[in-house]
Amino acid sequence: MPDMFRLAVKDLARRFGPREVFSRISFELSTGQSLAVTGPNGSGKTTLLMILLGLLRPTDGSAEFFVDGARLSESNLRARVAFVAPYLNLYDQLTAEENLKFLTSVAGDAITGKAIDNSLARVGLQGRGHDRVGEYSSGMKQRLKYALALLGNPDFLLLDEPTSGMDDDGKRLVSEIIEEHRDHSVVVIATNEEQERSLAHEQCRLD
Amino acid sequence: MPTSNAGLISKAAAVYAKDFRLELRSRYSLNAILMFAVTTLAVVSFSLGQSGLSPKLLSALFWIVLFFSAMSGLAHVFIREEETGTALILRLKADPDAVYLGKLLINFSLLSVMTVVITPIFFIFTDAGGQYVLPFVPILILGVVGLCSATTLVAAIIARASMKTALFAALSFPILMPLLLALVSASEKALGGQGLSACWSELQALVAYAVVMITGSLMLFKFVWQE
Repeated sequence: MPDMFRLAVKDLARRFGPREVFSRISFELSTGQSLAVTGPNGSGKTTLLMILLGLLRPTDGSAEFFVDGARLSESNLRARVAFVAPYLNLYDQLTAEENLKFLTSVAGDAITGKAIDNSLARVGLQGRGHDRVGEYSSGMKQRLKYALALLGNPDFLLLDEPTSGMDDDGKRLVSEIIEEHRDHSVVVIATNEEQERSLAHEQCRLD
Repeated sequence: MPTSNAGLISKAAAVYAKDFRLELRSRYSLNAILMFAVTTLAVVSFSLGQSGLSPKLLSALFWIVLFFSAMSGLAHVFIREEETGTALILRLKADPDAVYLGKLLINFSLLSVMTVVITPIFFIFTDAGGQYVLPFVPILILGVVGLCSATTLVAAIIARASMKTALFAALSFPILMPLLLALVSASEKALGGQGLSACWSELQALVAYAVVMITGSLMLFKFVWQE
């Protein structure tokens, strides 16, 4: 029987000083469910993702990840949750292969050269693994982030503006990746793009 | 599931290898540290070198050069992550303990290379007796470990601040003061020909300082690094 994944967000609130970004956000997603988080600039979409990733503490409430009913610890979260965002920078002075090797080994996973080649080919970067990331265009960097995200076969996929900086081929690639993953994992997309919103089963609007 | 020691060591080694590779490609920290150390030491050596300085003054000069050299380059391991925007992916992927240990090791390597370069220059161009090099070596090693253990945590604290360099020196100074006093005292005895046995209490203090700083840093680093 496949593993059951669940993301439970309860009464989540976050303030920055006197400014309340959002409050009382609750939702629950299980395997096969996906959510598009929408809202105007400054409504807290990215803040919500940062809290889900454990990089920001909520002012109130909780966000927890479960696999087969067991709550994921912080270290397990790193291995099971993948995140892609335009502001998530890779190391420009390392090659794409070196980035993938480093970021998987530092997360405690072993990776083979074949797996790297396959993941680069999956995102249309075959033959570019030995190039330094600093020489990549912004769209290619975004593709490389998907290659990294998919290497660990994540149970939870969190995406912030998933097609930012990508050309039409890149946008199609991202749609395919989301469609592939949303049936057997949990996907959260923060976006205001209609085409990206339509990829999720449910929507949550922040105002 | 807690990280096993073997897992932690391999992750720290991955952070170290990455930073080593980046340093080889940019040579930013090593150049900054070496340029400062060699320039300062050259000025000190040519102006005061053969004027019969006491062991106390010589040891103080030596550790002042090392302190400011460390200040000029060691914070870069964290500042680079923040300035290039790669700190976020490192926070996402890496265990904080592995990040701290990897950064501590790269700082230790940088400062060790610098020390290996400037110590012979110091002994050649000042009238510190060459016969006292051997007793000086354990003091040097403990000094480098102590400097790195304290400055690595401070570097993580200041990396997200403005006026990083000034803040780095200001925050490091009180933390490093006991270390520097013990180092100057031990070096004075070693350079004065009293041998290592005469500075036993300082050596014990240096070991204790390094153990306390590394243990404390490992306990605190997670809170400094994550939010």
